[in-house]
Amino acid sequence: MSETLLTIENLQVRYGGIEAVKGVSFDVHEGEIVTLIGANGAGKSSTLRSIAGLEKPSGGKITFRGDNLTGRDPTSIVKKGITLVPEGRRIFADLTVLENLKVGAYLRNDDISNDIQWVYELFPRLKERSWQLGGTLSGGEQQMLAVGRALMSRPKLMMMDEPSLGLAPLIVKDIFSIIKEINRQGVTILLIEQNANMALKTADTGYVMETGRITMSGTGAELLSNEGVKAAYLGN
Amino acid sequence: MTKTKEEKRDAIIAACCIGAFYVLILILEAVVPATHILFSILKKSAVYSLAAVSMNLLNGFTGLFSLGQAGFMLLGAYTYAILNMPTELKLGTSVYKYYECAIHFDMGFLPSLLLAGVIAAVFAALIGIPVLRLKSDYLAIATLGFAEIIRAVFQWEALGPVTNGANILSGFTDLNHIYIPFTKIAIPPTFFVMLLSGICIAIVLLLINSSFGRAFKAIRDDEIAAEAMGINLFKHKEMSFIISSFFAGISGALLAMYQFTVKAATFKTAMTYEILLIVVIGGIGSISGSCIGSFLFIACNEWWLRFLDESSNNIAGLNIFRSGFRKVVFSLIIMVIVLFFRKGLMGDKELTAKNVRQFIAGKKSEKKAKGGEKA
Repeated sequence: MSETLLTIENLQVRYGGIEAVKGVSFDVHEGEIVTLIGANGAGKSSTLRSIAGLEKPSGGKITFRGDNLTGRDPTSIVKKGITLVPEGRRIFADLTVLENLKVGAYLRNDDISNDIQWVYELFPRLKERSWQLGGTLSGGEQQMLAVGRALMSRPKLMMMDEPSLGLAPLIVKDIFSIIKEINRQGVTILLIEQNANMALKTADTGYVMETGRITMSGTGAELLSNEGVKAAYLGN
Repeated sequence: MTKTKEEKRDAIIAACCIGAFYVLILILEAVVPATHILFSILKKSAVYSLAAVSMNLLNGFTGLFSLGQAGFMLLGAYTYAILNMPTELKLGTSVYKYYECAIHFDMGFLPSLLLAGVIAAVFAALIGIPVLRLKSDYLAIATLGFAEIIRAVFQWEALGPVTNGANILSGFTDLNHIYIPFTKIAIPPTFFVMLLSGICIAIVLLLINSSFGRAFKAIRDDEIAAEAMGINLFKHKEMSFIISSFFAGISGALLAMYQFTVKAATFKTAMTYEILLIVVIGGIGSISGSCIGSFLFIACNEWWLRFLDESSNNIAGLNIFRSGFRKVVFSLIIMVIVLFFRKGLMGDKELTAKNVRQFIAGKKSEKKAKGGEKA
């Protein structure tokens, strides 16, 4: 087994009186694609947001490569090598594609031209559109831009919040094959999805979340063939 | 990213246009009598350009809807006036009639000007800590309140020994008495004020095109995504607020120089709204739009529409021309502009050689009347 990159222990997130995440624990190993699947309101996004520092967890511990990241601010978490591709893409609509990518590298002081080339190789469509405003891209291109922008910070771990949201099945397939490619090039990926079929086919390890708890775990293939998962998330 | 030949050429064209513009101002000042209304319009619009650009930095580029501009301009104007006024004047009875001035020193106009910006920036830093946690309308109300409080405080009697209470401050260096250092050669006033505000606007322009500027625009477009990219929201908002207020302070000081006197009562909310109007008409998120907007606004308001106010223009019993009619027409013009240019005259584009060329190529039929005025 490869080295553990990220460890989540008994993570709790609370919004006022509502406990969205009720003590979640899991590991992400280096070089893996890990997915959290579950219905709306299962606490997937809250888990991701608290790892990224956008939400303060009310309890538990987040460890990344031996450093305790619990309750740290997003800036230092991005510096450590974790980026989040937020839900709904959220690209900067009035900045050009190139500027969007440059903002992704905001915390870096070194030369970023190689990484811009790298992102353009992964997504040739972005290169064609590099002077276009982000808001004028199609949904699929915006998702590519969101992924490219996240890669510009040279993350060890890239977290993705529902990359398939609102995209046509064919585009979803493209996105997932690029996720695999990025993973092959050494970026560990933590992915949350409602599109359980696609996510589990891609992932090495999967966790099923229900109402703030992890109820099942296993390799992607194991979960795909699990009767409970089939009935609840795969619709057959 | 290396600069292409075309970009270099465009930069040279822009520099030449700006240079030519300043030379034109110098020639105009040498040829046309100094009392001509053109100069007072140009001077005032240079001051308002800087105020509008500083507001645009906040509202258009960082997405913070702030209405505290008049307050920061007031801080700048007072700081400049108080620091620059000669000591003997402060101790005499012609300006400080009812109070004994507590400030027993003076300094040159440049350090006073700089400190005017610094004081406004310091206040912005203090105000920003609580206020920048608010969003949109709430931020606007809070900053508006701040500007009103500042105005009231400066008129407060207890501060009279410093601010001269509600009375006028005068006697400081105005635009007509600027000399080249160590000589007795006067700098033409319109050229001077345009140069100074041009330099400040150029600094803002450089800032906007730097990586900080990109971070500001990212915050404007999507706060959550910007935060996820590791941009510290509060730090950057505070920075933008401080820089904007610094230049608002300088524009306040320039306004003081332009109008010879300073009085807190003139820095009303209406002034902020005028500047906001300029920003909106010029285009939110366009620096050149703010400059063009402020010239058009000031020229229309104070010059081109003057004839509407004169009852001597009335023909045959039609009594539509009377004082105040100008304002009616002016409001109509603004409504028409807003209707036909939804995003302001310039939108979020800048007046650059490249854009002008594209514009001409796009509309070859009407390819006159578009110069390269940029400052």
